[in-house]
Amino acid sequence: MTATEAGPRDPGTDEPQRKPRVRQPGVGVGGKAIGLLNGGFLLLWGLITTLPLLWAILSSFKTNGEFRTDPTGLPGGIAWDNFARAWNAANIGQYFLNSVIVVAMSLTMTMLFGAMGAYVLARYDFPGNRIVYYVFVGGLMLPVFLALVPMFFVVRNMGNLPIVGQFLGLNSYLSLALVYVAFSMPFTVFFLTAFFRTLPNSVAEAGIMDGCSHFTLFFRIMLPMAKPGIISLALFNFLGHWNQYVLPLVIMQDGDKRVLAQGLGTLAANTGFRADYTALFAGLVIALMPVLIVYLLFQKQVQAGLTAGVLK
Amino acid sequence: MSALRHGKYPFILTFLIPPVGIYALYMLSPYVQAIYISLTEWSGLSANQKFIGFDNYVEMWNDDQLRTALRNNLILLVVVPVLTLVLGLFFASMLNVGGRGRSQAITGVRGSSIYKVVYFFPQVLPHAIVAIMFAYVFAPSNAGGILNNILEAIGLGSLTQLWLGEPKYLIWIVVLVMTWAFVGFYVVLFSAAMQSIPRDIYEAALLDGSSRLTTFRKVTLPLVWDTVQVGWVYMAIQAMDGFAIVHIMLGVNGGVQGAGDVLGVAIYRAAFADYDFGYAAAIGVLMLALTMTIVVLFMRVLRRERVELA
Repeated sequence: MTATEAGPRDPGTDEPQRKPRVRQPGVGVGGKAIGLLNGGFLLLWGLITTLPLLWAILSSFKTNGEFRTDPTGLPGGIAWDNFARAWNAANIGQYFLNSVIVVAMSLTMTMLFGAMGAYVLARYDFPGNRIVYYVFVGGLMLPVFLALVPMFFVVRNMGNLPIVGQFLGLNSYLSLALVYVAFSMPFTVFFLTAFFRTLPNSVAEAGIMDGCSHFTLFFRIMLPMAKPGIISLALFNFLGHWNQYVLPLVIMQDGDKRVLAQGLGTLAANTGFRADYTALFAGLVIALMPVLIVYLLFQKQVQAGLTAGVLK
Repeated sequence: MSALRHGKYPFILTFLIPPVGIYALYMLSPYVQAIYISLTEWSGLSANQKFIGFDNYVEMWNDDQLRTALRNNLILLVVVPVLTLVLGLFFASMLNVGGRGRSQAITGVRGSSIYKVVYFFPQVLPHAIVAIMFAYVFAPSNAGGILNNILEAIGLGSLTQLWLGEPKYLIWIVVLVMTWAFVGFYVVLFSAAMQSIPRDIYEAALLDGSSRLTTFRKVTLPLVWDTVQVGWVYMAIQAMDGFAIVHIMLGVNGGVQGAGDVLGVAIYRAAFADYDFGYAAAIGVLMLALTMTIVVLFMRVLRRERVELA
């Protein structure tokens, strides 16, 4: 150990990066080699992560001839026609629209109803408060697959109700959205209850002094204050709803009502027969775009929101 | 909120009814019904739902295909979390405390934030996309087959296989794909935990001349152990799924000879291909029992003394 590194620190340069380079134990030639090796592993995993995606994107630009003769090569040009075929002939346009409709409804309802429930559970004392809370949170442990069969019948039977039945049966956007809402409730209520508890009482009390009703207190004061929590949870739920595969498979059995992930799965299954590989990859890229855009725009919040799910 | 006693209960009811109502109707009631349906024989189409006691459970015991699915789920349950957490810890410690050579204190390596962005991305991808991509990674050379083409390009052409045509590989391919999808999440999770470890602990370890491995074993690991533990349970629950990946990559029958089957796909098949809804519900109950066992087991086995940071 050298004297320099054990010496007193210069208080002006507290940031480690600005410190002079000195030899450390384990930073000799051997340390360098380990460092390079580590860097190599990191780079390797980066390549393993990105290469399949890049390959899929490149394949979406190729013609089917190029794809078959040289699957790992670069495309000669950009075959935009793939995207047109995916959007129209392979019905990805319809599936995309279906996904947008369902997720718009389910996300709005999840956040609104989830925030309402969580707010009341977090800030009001009433008999049964704890029971309701634990019934919500208990749902976190239940595997979706156990509910699959009876849920199918619940939705089918709702379709037989007079008047409202026409909106609530199988193959209905609203039904699928409501199912998403139900399955998102445990985590949404759990997360937002914790969040509403952290909001200061003083602001709420000031609102009451100003003569707010319970409703205006929630919509005008508490909800805007909970915005950070609401946003990270909305991102979490958006990804969950947009990516959902098994629930729509059960509820949207009619071909025209399929959502994007589900439609893409069907397209992949049929691609072998149609021999139109590049349209499949074009469809895949179309489905990838919304997720990629949301991720790149809100990368920090998405990471924080998703990992918070484990840490809470 | 004593000043607002007026109208409190109507307000509470108005706010609770929509979330509780939707949750009870579409999520809770199915779970309650599932138990009863599992005790019946029911094609779902007729009103004729016959109570048969535990016959479905006896049938499960004798069902070889289900045994394959169960075995595969157990493989996913054990191998995927181990692989994911080990790789996650490895990369997270590389990223956060691996950059030892460049400065006096221990820091992250260069570009660690870019690595985190890239590594995490598979977590936000729909599993449908992941499954389609990897179906082509493992496809034969003349149908895309990235892996086979890469093997041929680097002179290992003799190793090429019809990966998805060989029953014994199927579940391991699913293991790899799930690990691929999940590692980045745990890198970010563990990075956050490692960031909260005070730097001076590392500086002290450095002054004591402890090697990277010792530092990791004696400092980093104990201090992120709580997170690893929670991550393990979470990962195990996620590994129970695998539905979209198996359903799309291998098909509704679980691939060649059904060798890549998992419980989720078995439930779906029993219900919506064979119209044997009672049996499907019974497999669902099995899955619930498995999930509960895991949660309790992991909680007990992994509980260690908490390390408190002063």
